[in-house]
Amino acid sequence: MHIPDGYISPQTAGGLWALMVPVWYTAGYKAKRLLKARQAPLVAIGAAFTFVIMMFNIPVPGGTTGHAIGGTLVAVVLGPWTAVIALTVALVIQALFFGDGGLLALGANCLNIGFAMPVAGYYVYRVFSLGAAPGSARQWLAAGVGAYAGINVAAFLTAVQIGIQGDFFQTAAGAALYSPYGLSQAVPAMMAAHLTLVGFVEAAVTSLVVLYLQRTNPGLLLAAAESKKARAGGQRLKPLAIGLLLMIVFVPLGLLASAPAWGEWGPEEIREELGFIPEGMERFAGLWSGILPDYALPGDGGEPWAGVAAYVFSAILGLGIVSLLTYVIVRLTAGKDVRK
Amino acid sequence: MAEAGLSIPEWMRKKPIDAGVSRNGRRRRTSVVERTISGLSEALRSSIFSERIAARPGLLQRIDPRIKILGFLTLLIAIGLIHSPFILLGLYAGTVLLAAMSRISPGYFVKRVWLFIPLFTGVIVLPSLFNIIRPGDPLVTLWDFGRDVHLGPWLLGDSLAVTRQGATGAVIFVLRVAASVSLAVLLTLSTRWPDLLKALRVFHVPRVFVLIISMTYRYIFLLLGLATDMFTARRSRLAGVSTPREDRRFVTGSMGALLGKSQALGEEVYAAMVSRGYSGEPRTLNRFSLAGRDLVFAACVAILAVAVIGGDRIIG
Repeated sequence: MHIPDGYISPQTAGGLWALMVPVWYTAGYKAKRLLKARQAPLVAIGAAFTFVIMMFNIPVPGGTTGHAIGGTLVAVVLGPWTAVIALTVALVIQALFFGDGGLLALGANCLNIGFAMPVAGYYVYRVFSLGAAPGSARQWLAAGVGAYAGINVAAFLTAVQIGIQGDFFQTAAGAALYSPYGLSQAVPAMMAAHLTLVGFVEAAVTSLVVLYLQRTNPGLLLAAAESKKARAGGQRLKPLAIGLLLMIVFVPLGLLASAPAWGEWGPEEIREELGFIPEGMERFAGLWSGILPDYALPGDGGEPWAGVAAYVFSAILGLGIVSLLTYVIVRLTAGKDVRK
Repeated sequence: MAEAGLSIPEWMRKKPIDAGVSRNGRRRRTSVVERTISGLSEALRSSIFSERIAARPGLLQRIDPRIKILGFLTLLIAIGLIHSPFILLGLYAGTVLLAAMSRISPGYFVKRVWLFIPLFTGVIVLPSLFNIIRPGDPLVTLWDFGRDVHLGPWLLGDSLAVTRQGATGAVIFVLRVAASVSLAVLLTLSTRWPDLLKALRVFHVPRVFVLIISMTYRYIFLLLGLATDMFTARRSRLAGVSTPREDRRFVTGSMGALLGKSQALGEEVYAAMVSRGYSGEPRTLNRFSLAGRDLVFAACVAILAVAVIGGDRIIG
């Protein structure tokens, strides 16, 4: 998943570096407090650990072997922000000394593997392990689910970054300048591999390691959770909220792409592509048009700003519904095994 | 005592999986344990080798690491911005020349770069040559279908051809990757790692981060050693055939064990640092000083970057 130099344009690479600056700043700020405590060597050794386990061959059913990245695993043990630093350090060393991943592309790799993967993986793990007793089956299952989510988020971001090269950067004659595949090819190819195989390898490795730690070294799993609990309850959701807010702001970027998302064609678009609409589809398409069809607000006069506003509004609404559902599900399931 | 009744148990008589031959006599892949050991030792070997090259008295080795990093980043950006395959080829040739002037054997340098990423890139780029993946003007028509062919919802078109745009794009892409990777390899090979890390301070990377990176680099070798020991120990105890399931348990178990060891080590290292006076602010020696040749190098890089980007725009 490491993007080498030459795969993405300097413009994209520069933009992603810029995006990482506030992330590193935040991580550094959080880490400074940690570093005052006894964590500087821990972070260094955590980074070294991440580096080394990326080299372990894992037997995969079917006879081949794969690699795990361990981003979620490190986040579960060290906490998300320490993991961001540890993974960044591991990526810097891979790029500088071992030629794994480019130097210009380092910003992109840090965003995907060093930030999105541990943070997404960690918070999914938190949600699924909420109220789970340490050492319970739900804890290692949640770690696996988190790892699966984390690596797929990272793969998706990587695919988008590579895919916009094929769509937007070409010579006047139409020859690709960087990676030649567009979003409609890069995203399905990347996600097909990660949703079906790579994601499960990562999930299995993470679950098995957490299971091993539960049996042999439970203190290691408790450390991150305890230091979390010591802090104020509301604060721990702040980074998540900021991340979601950022994503809402970036949602209208999708408007820049004129083609519909792959696999999300509406009936009209299918008619254009195929020349006809499959009968069943026509019948069911009209049944439910959504509260905000095509993410447009009622009374949308077609001004550009209205489109952006409608997109942001839809994103907030969608997030709200998802959060509410998650909250309800967690409340319903948490009652069963609450810790003393 | 046990002289009479001793018999070798059945499982010990089976050939271990590492013998390279399975029971029915066919060659089989080396085991996971074996492959991980060789991967780990390869990493150790290559970085020791790099250090040796960085200690040779060559052209790039003498340049101040700060200037070298800035210069190479400038060149990387220039390489990124160029559209012409000819200029890219020229720049790639330039990196081979630089390697030769820095006492890095060109044969080794070319092999090290190409065995790695550009070859892989070449495989990735293959499908994009064809018109059914990326539309363009046909250069060589391989198969004329005679009519429009549909594959499910996709319209494949009326022929299978290698396109002019696809071929140009592929050449540009592979050359760009090769030139970029060559530069990065040159930087790594010509700079000793403590210097490379200290040079990161030019980018205002906080001292704590530089400290962490340098500690990490040291601990990687320690952990590589630990991991190699674990895998070697496993291998030397291995009699009989281990199933993938057992291998999986072993590999993830050793990850967990390594994590525990790392944690314990971290605590001990911190205690050792505190007892030697560490107060949270690392101190480093700064022995870099700019010489005339560094300024000449910087000027050359700047002129080259402007020239290639300018030339590229003129060619079109």
